[in-house]
Amino acid sequence: MSTTTTETTTETNPVTNTVAAQALSADTVPADYVLDHLDHLESEAIHIFREVAGEFERPVILFSGGKDSVVMVHLARKAFAPAPLPFPLLHVDTGHNFPEVLDYRDATVARLGARLVVAQVQDYLNDGRLRERADGTRNPLQTVPLLDAIEENRFDAVFGGGRRDEEKARAKERVFSLRDAFGAWDPRRQRPELWDLYNGRHTAGEHVRVFPLSNWTELDVWRYIAREDIELPEIYYAHEREVFQRDGMWLTAGEWGGPKAAETTETRLVRYRTVGDMSCTGAVESDATDVEAVILEVAASRLTERGATRADDRLSEAAMEDRKRQGYF
Amino acid sequence: MTTTLPAPTAAAAAHTAGAPAAGHDLLRLATAGSVDDGKSTLVGRLLYDTKSVLTDQLDAVERVSRDRGLEAADLALLTDGLRAEREQGITIDVAYRYFSTATRSYVLADTPGHVQYTRNMVTGASTAELALILVDARHGVVEQTRRHLAVTGLLGVRHVALAVNKMDLVGWDAEVFGDIVGEFARLAGRFGIDDVAAVPVSALLGDNVVDRSAHTPWYAGPTLLEHLEAVPVGTNPALEPLRFPVQYVVRPRTAEHPDYRGYAGRLASGVVHPGDEVVVLPSGRRTTVVGIDRAAADGTVEERELAFAPQSVVLRLADDIDISRGDIIAAADRPSTLTRSLTGTVAVLADRTLRTRDRLLLRVGTRTVRALVDDVVDQLDIETMEHRPAPDGLSLNAIGRVRLRLAEDVAIDDYRELRRSGAFLLIDESDGATLAAGMAEAPDRSAGEGI
Repeated sequence: MSTTTTETTTETNPVTNTVAAQALSADTVPADYVLDHLDHLESEAIHIFREVAGEFERPVILFSGGKDSVVMVHLARKAFAPAPLPFPLLHVDTGHNFPEVLDYRDATVARLGARLVVAQVQDYLNDGRLRERADGTRNPLQTVPLLDAIEENRFDAVFGGGRRDEEKARAKERVFSLRDAFGAWDPRRQRPELWDLYNGRHTAGEHVRVFPLSNWTELDVWRYIAREDIELPEIYYAHEREVFQRDGMWLTAGEWGGPKAAETTETRLVRYRTVGDMSCTGAVESDATDVEAVILEVAASRLTERGATRADDRLSEAAMEDRKRQGYF
Repeated sequence: MTTTLPAPTAAAAAHTAGAPAAGHDLLRLATAGSVDDGKSTLVGRLLYDTKSVLTDQLDAVERVSRDRGLEAADLALLTDGLRAEREQGITIDVAYRYFSTATRSYVLADTPGHVQYTRNMVTGASTAELALILVDARHGVVEQTRRHLAVTGLLGVRHVALAVNKMDLVGWDAEVFGDIVGEFARLAGRFGIDDVAAVPVSALLGDNVVDRSAHTPWYAGPTLLEHLEAVPVGTNPALEPLRFPVQYVVRPRTAEHPDYRGYAGRLASGVVHPGDEVVVLPSGRRTTVVGIDRAAADGTVEERELAFAPQSVVLRLADDIDISRGDIIAAADRPSTLTRSLTGTVAVLADRTLRTRDRLLLRVGTRTVRALVDDVVDQLDIETMEHRPAPDGLSLNAIGRVRLRLAEDVAIDDYRELRRSGAFLLIDESDGATLAAGMAEAPDRSAGEGI
């Protein structure tokens, strides 16, 4: 389809044909100078990492071993090569981790020679600063340990892997998201973000959450993982697993509190679309054992990744918005 | 599903291929519409008919539609925002939507039409290559349309697509469409916009959005999506001078790279090759590019023979000169102008009036300097497009010209020629708030006579 076909059979539309036809000749970009969409997204993300390195004193990358945080670390490394990663990594550990993901996390930290800061939800439960929820879900409990870690380490910029396509509260968040001392996101007080001029100014006690993958979709992330040949925790690919069904999701049996008496476990071929707290992250049935198969599956999927796999987002229509206002990512 | 939607249409089925075609590129667009002209429905329709809406999102839309007593699912709910917005019946600001086809990925900045209109549209348009402007076929070009075109022209958005919506409500009348397009194009011309494509649509019914309508035999042009697929993306960087704002100095000081020194940044415009003569601004020192480095997937560094906007790379230079964040590496034969006195058009984005004598920070590229508002030259009356005096300054959503005095020499370009290196922000030093977005005019050569 070319705009030069813009014609009308009557005199009623004199504008479209002439103007659209001009546009092609004036704007032709030689093939040598065309970037594909993954190159665009990569260049934008690298630019964001470098802006933060240039403007902030103590940035940190939130790293869970989930695919988005893995892609973030990959991009950060590319942004500063051949120098080593200039930021430490921070993991807010709910205590309900998939062991494969913890192994992956530690191997990655060792390979990069990075410094890892771990904030343990379990410590807070042990000394009573936090209490276990009735539903056993620990994702919402991450906020306090996260804010404490930010304050104790005096982090002034915190990279998160959030993407705007994930959820409608995220769709409205800035790349540079200013947070007060309570980490709270106030959508009415966001700074307008224009061109690629990110304004990271903040006062004492404030910090900025930075989302370099803001404009990526789930499919973009997977295509980039394929293109760059990025290794992921193996649970992202189809494998046999002891699971049981709760609220229409396949959950893994474990010490975190499942299955209950009425729930029966069975072995299924599954994979994870997201990786989070075991108690609220569901597996999907899948036979996608490699990245190409996952891309086909994601492209054909009729469910969003959070809709398919996150119990915490099913709590209410505004679950994410509420968590963000409380300082969550 | 009890409140049913028709299945996404045939044309959409082709959009779900797993692997993108070679040369799959990215188009950023911004929408603009007035209240009730169906913008949310149109955006919802684009998302739905390109299969960018998934079952769980659709179920939610159908459930809410039922709860509100609607017979059909309301696609506008797909772009429904935050609870804070629903409770207050307002739209807070720009939301970003994503859809893709076999040939392109789209980033759509969805800007609300009414509250804080200028602030939002300026924000959405700043990164857009195409503005999608809606007009209600029953009402034609209205005052708001004029504002949309003014902001589009001011921000230098190069392509405009006009969707004449609700054609079903005017009986698919070709003459109504033609009259609106004619008036719109004349107005667009006044704002310096010459690339306009117009499509007669019904967002509600889906006519000519993704699929061709049977109701418009008199229209042989592309559907809206077909037009979006064909619009040329980007500009030819070979025609532009190099502008490379330095973000960060890469100095590994490792055993492997003890003496490496490179300048990291993203090309704002132009191309660069090893051997090119460049000038570092504001110092004015000339040197030569000796290497262009980009990291490979495995973290090693590859040397490149070429880099072009908007790639992110690391440049190495022949001479060991003092360069830091905030400097610009520019083409030696076509450098930016150095100035301490700058006139530009600003859009005020904060609830804080901009006045003569205000002391602020100016951010351009990677550089931040102190600035003093020497004069609020005038305010643009967006209804009449006349410039009038602004003795009380410029308040939220106002657009006007200001003259700034800068504490240091700054390298800047005419925004109309080079968008990235002619754009600036005005920032409140006390709390860091972004006060205004600015577009520089051709600067005076007045280096060295500052505040």
